[in-house]
Amino acid sequence: MSETPARSISVGLFATCLVDLTRPSVGFASAKLMEDAGCRVSVPQAQSCCGQPAYNAGDNADAAAIAANVIGAFEGFDYVVAPSGSCAGMIKHHFVGLFEDDPVMAARAGALSAKTHELISFLTDVLQVDGIECAYDGTVTYHDSCSSLREMKIKDQPRALLSRVSGLSLKESEESETCCGFGGLFCVKYPDISGHMVDAKVDDILATGADTLLAGDLGCLMNMAGRLHRRGSEVRVRHIAEVLAGMTDGPAIGAPAPLDTDKDKN
Amino acid sequence: MESTAGTFKENAKQALADAKLRDALAKLSDGFPVKRRDAAARLPEFDDLCDQAKAIKEHVLENLGFYLEAFEARVTEAGGTVHWCRSAAEARTTILRICKQAGAKTVTKSKSMISEEIAINEHLETHDVEPVETDLGEYIIQLRHEPPSHIIAPAIHLTKDQIADTFREKHSHLDAARNLEEPETLLEEARGELRRKFIAADVGLTGANMLVAETGSIVLVTNEGNADLTYSLPKTHIAIASLEKIVPTLEDATTILRVLARSATGQDMSVYTTFCTGPKRAQDLDGPEDFHVVLLDNGRTKMLGTEFHDMLRCIRCGACLNHCPIYKAVGGHAYGWVYSGPMGAVLIPNLIGLDEAHHLPNASTLCGKCEEVCPMRIPLPRMLRSWRKKQFEQEKTSFVSRTALKAWAALARRPWLYRLAVAAPIAVLALLGREKGRFRWLPLGGGWTSLRDMPAPEGGTFISRWHKERQP
Amino acid sequence: MSDARTDILAAVKAATPGTDDEARQRLADHRAGVIPARGRLGDKARVDLFIREAERVNATVARASSMAGVPREVARFLAKNNLPMNLKIAPDISGKTIPWTEQTLLSVEEGRADGSETAGVSRAFAGVAETGTLVLLSGPGNPTTLSFLPPTHVVVVAASEIAGDYEQIWGRLRAENADEESEAGARFMPRNVNWITGPSRTADIEQTLLLGAHGPQRLHIVIVDE
Repeated sequence: MSETPARSISVGLFATCLVDLTRPSVGFASAKLMEDAGCRVSVPQAQSCCGQPAYNAGDNADAAAIAANVIGAFEGFDYVVAPSGSCAGMIKHHFVGLFEDDPVMAARAGALSAKTHELISFLTDVLQVDGIECAYDGTVTYHDSCSSLREMKIKDQPRALLSRVSGLSLKESEESETCCGFGGLFCVKYPDISGHMVDAKVDDILATGADTLLAGDLGCLMNMAGRLHRRGSEVRVRHIAEVLAGMTDGPAIGAPAPLDTDKDKN
Repeated sequence: MESTAGTFKENAKQALADAKLRDALAKLSDGFPVKRRDAAARLPEFDDLCDQAKAIKEHVLENLGFYLEAFEARVTEAGGTVHWCRSAAEARTTILRICKQAGAKTVTKSKSMISEEIAINEHLETHDVEPVETDLGEYIIQLRHEPPSHIIAPAIHLTKDQIADTFREKHSHLDAARNLEEPETLLEEARGELRRKFIAADVGLTGANMLVAETGSIVLVTNEGNADLTYSLPKTHIAIASLEKIVPTLEDATTILRVLARSATGQDMSVYTTFCTGPKRAQDLDGPEDFHVVLLDNGRTKMLGTEFHDMLRCIRCGACLNHCPIYKAVGGHAYGWVYSGPMGAVLIPNLIGLDEAHHLPNASTLCGKCEEVCPMRIPLPRMLRSWRKKQFEQEKTSFVSRTALKAWAALARRPWLYRLAVAAPIAVLALLGREKGRFRWLPLGGGWTSLRDMPAPEGGTFISRWHKERQP
Repeated sequence: MSDARTDILAAVKAATPGTDDEARQRLADHRAGVIPARGRLGDKARVDLFIREAERVNATVARASSMAGVPREVARFLAKNNLPMNLKIAPDISGKTIPWTEQTLLSVEEGRADGSETAGVSRAFAGVAETGTLVLLSGPGNPTTLSFLPPTHVVVVAASEIAGDYEQIWGRLRAENADEESEAGARFMPRNVNWITGPSRTADIEQTLLLGAHGPQRLHIVIVDE
């Protein structure tokens, strides 16, 4: 990996609520990747969520209140990085519009937007990481989450890094760019349609014959993992950061914890 | 037409259970997107043309009044008549009046979404004028009394067997021995039937893909040639168009035509593109003696300058439908009104009201594919969010969702409280879920767990674990 | 009547900021937009592109060295496809311009189509290489019905009339019809300008592509080189 730059870059890690609550290992993996690339990583305690559930439900007032909190907690860093295209996209593309009537906050939101990145594109596009020293024994297929792909323009970056992982072979699926049907509250409001979409997605994943499914957004991953498991599939599902950081000892998403180990759980 | 948008959820459930519809929709979304992509790839200037097409319509919308008046003046000079109509009812009355003045018994029609919007067929029928749809797909669904399920492929939801049954039921003269097993023989049957109608028709009613202000021309685009038989054989040609269809010049129309078919069907150009200007000239051997343009508002002026203004750029290519995973799942009829897919989900609440169409803006993952493929660069996801915002502001979001959202937001905006509140439930779930790694059922989780397992949390929250580990 | 026109225009003008000057200028300039480079070719290459594109959309193309050679090409096409040797032709290509009677097998009649014909013959105003599109103008010498009613449509176009792009055709039309007695600016437009790109088709039944939906099943283009 690259040498530590002379100037140390400070990064505020926006963990995202899903990583925080359900899969801390993605947060640790993200921090490791950035620290290995020479960043000083901080995790402000004053974070909860990016506000998307409120924003996408039309509740802009609450979304703005949550956004103001995120801005306050993160504006002191050189960069803000989230292991999610969706949450990074919310901060980068939608915060400013929440403060139409408040030029001061709009300016602060704009400044935050300019330094906010999704984890993988931060590694490749900003930190120029091109070597990864890790191994993964498996055939992987990668799902392009909608926000990563369309809002954050992330397509080649994860593939470039995955190509450096020894032992890993990538098998592209036909529909890697098709929405998995998660859509935040959509999946519980319209379960029939969402279920149909994730089923189509699972068919597409299984057709690749890959043993592992990776993506950069935990919401999509939980949705696809949930359906894969319900259909009895053995495909392992992980956030891409776990693989790139070489942190794949723990159980995959939705997989049982090994019985013999008993790690400290807070 | 009567809306069933209010029962979108039930409509969708029905559609998802319909195996024939599943096949048709799978075929549609495998076909059109690939053809569109190839067509765009064949033309290096495609993206520039889209940018320019967008700029043309933006300019038109800023100068709409001027262009409408210019268009009217040119139509009049060429010997035609423009009829301004505020509402669907006014348009229906106007069209019926012209038909009656022409002594019309039969009106042939080429496909027009506006005519669906104003439900002209029912109106003509109740006043003893027979409307005959001539686009093959429209003809089939007219016989079945169904609305179109796609704006450019209206009978996309039907199989050839269903169409054969319809012809056997409705074409009373049909010989029982007649082979109707293949698409070819079905087309032959419809073509023969419609030939007689074309030649007998007293009035031809077309839509218009564009109205050209420079020349007073209407632009018609079809692959079948039915629009051309519709306007060239009867004595009277009526074109109905909503007022945002205006473009300034022939050159501007040309730019938009270069992206229309490529976005719609993946053809470089549709087979027939026709510019009609006025009635037939005195010495012409064929063509209509009377030419009328029915210019319809029906809610468009109300959209100008609002958050839905950009929707008025839409050229009805159908690309957003063809690429939409929701449309692919449920098809067009589930949307419950004339339009469907992402453009429908934005437009329908504008035209029939948000109360009736309340589901449509919500039935989307906001995946953004529609905006990516829209040749007019319409920010459809942004407008779906605008509708959601209106619903929330008008307190039309359901009480349960509202309350849950408010409670959650009250925590989320106070991170310290949030940390306290989440710690215990997460710890419990992590403990309960450790052995299997997932849950097949969770209290209140039915929307999720009816079809999926819920992955169990790893244990602890990232933020508390991080601070514990990093600050020993 | 109070009236819809007044109401609509008032609503439109209240909601739109445009000053008429810019729009008026735009109409006067009728400036071209992005024109695909595809059609910008030398004479021979342009005609070749036209043929390739027309064939791609299921048209057939033949060439004749002069107008005098057209009847032979048409007769050959009809024979090859086992079609009746009867033609309804546009007055613009009557015996005065094309020696139909030299092909004794052909039976030729002039006028508009009424649905009984097996083949119609029109004279195109132009071809557009960009997409293999024919441009036909309606007029006393070129009835529109010939293009749509008969199941076979034959179109005669001169190689020199094949342009790279549609914009050139608009330019030609404005220039050539400018002197038509006109009290209005738009009188250069005939009743119909028909762009025809291949024979009629539909995919409305199970998305199966079928030719000859309502318009002709066959489109045969004769390019005259002289």
